[in-house]
Amino acid sequence: MALTAGFFYLFAIFAVVAGVMVIVARNPVHAVLYLILAFFNAAGLFILLGAEFLAMILIIVYVGAVAVLFLFVVMMLDVDFAELKAGFIKNAPVGLIVGGIVLAELILLFLGRGFGLEVSHPSGSAAQAASGLTNTQALGQVLYTKYVYFFEVAGLILLVAMVGAIVLTLQHKVGVRRQSISRQVARTPKTGVEIVKVASGEAIVPAADGNS
Amino acid sequence: MTIGIGHYLTVAACLFTLGMLGIFLNRKNVIIILMSIELMLLAVNINFVAFSYFLGDIVGQVFTLLNLTVAAAEAAIGLAIVVVYFRNRGSIAVEDINMMKG
Repeated sequence: MALTAGFFYLFAIFAVVAGVMVIVARNPVHAVLYLILAFFNAAGLFILLGAEFLAMILIIVYVGAVAVLFLFVVMMLDVDFAELKAGFIKNAPVGLIVGGIVLAELILLFLGRGFGLEVSHPSGSAAQAASGLTNTQALGQVLYTKYVYFFEVAGLILLVAMVGAIVLTLQHKVGVRRQSISRQVARTPKTGVEIVKVASGEAIVPAADGNS
Repeated sequence: MTIGIGHYLTVAACLFTLGMLGIFLNRKNVIIILMSIELMLLAVNINFVAFSYFLGDIVGQVFTLLNLTVAAAEAAIGLAIVVVYFRNRGSIAVEDINMMKG
């Protein structure tokens, strides 16, 4: 139990420190890297809570996809980030006041009440171990049966996000000659070949539509 | 020294407040604001998993999975908008985003 507590404090402190560094880092690349550190430590917390599958998903999806996407965008855009950092001190007092109030309220609520859920009956892992299922199996058994519609809606959301991102960022350049598959398939020998009688001593003027 | 649900909720509350504070502090930089939103979503996920563990109910983890999906979609769309905006205006400062005169 002491080992669990030690790891909890390790992951928790690192996650919070990384979160602080995300919002105060001067260089946005460093901010993204600290965000990755926060995700790793949150994955550690998930493992302590017996949610191994979600911990791995967090690392694969968040660190592997989302954070790298952030990194790409930060490095791709040539932005003067120092100029964007102006106003940091000006906004700090109101932010600290609001943040402090919210944090104090939340912590007082959580530590004071505890929701009647003490460690004396950590039913989560105990019930899981009793049923002989791993976390992934248990998750799959409810995700693909009882919550299958939610699962499919999640897939649909990802599809819409993918199409939306492509539509937003795709740009058609004028002057680029692209392959037009429908026109290629629709070609017949009649339209593809033009037989011209050339009178001797004269030149052929190409058709104006650019097909020949 | 036992770790109860209050400890996990406190960590999540700290992360959530940091995300909110990040939006306040970096009011000009859209990318940092998006990262702050990711931090807040992470805090919510920690809450879900903590309650899932202490209640012995796996539905919290199912909801976390859906939450991750939505967060990934949000990041993708948000960053695509940022890229398009930068292409049009050459800047990502929040106060410059007034083309629609809303």
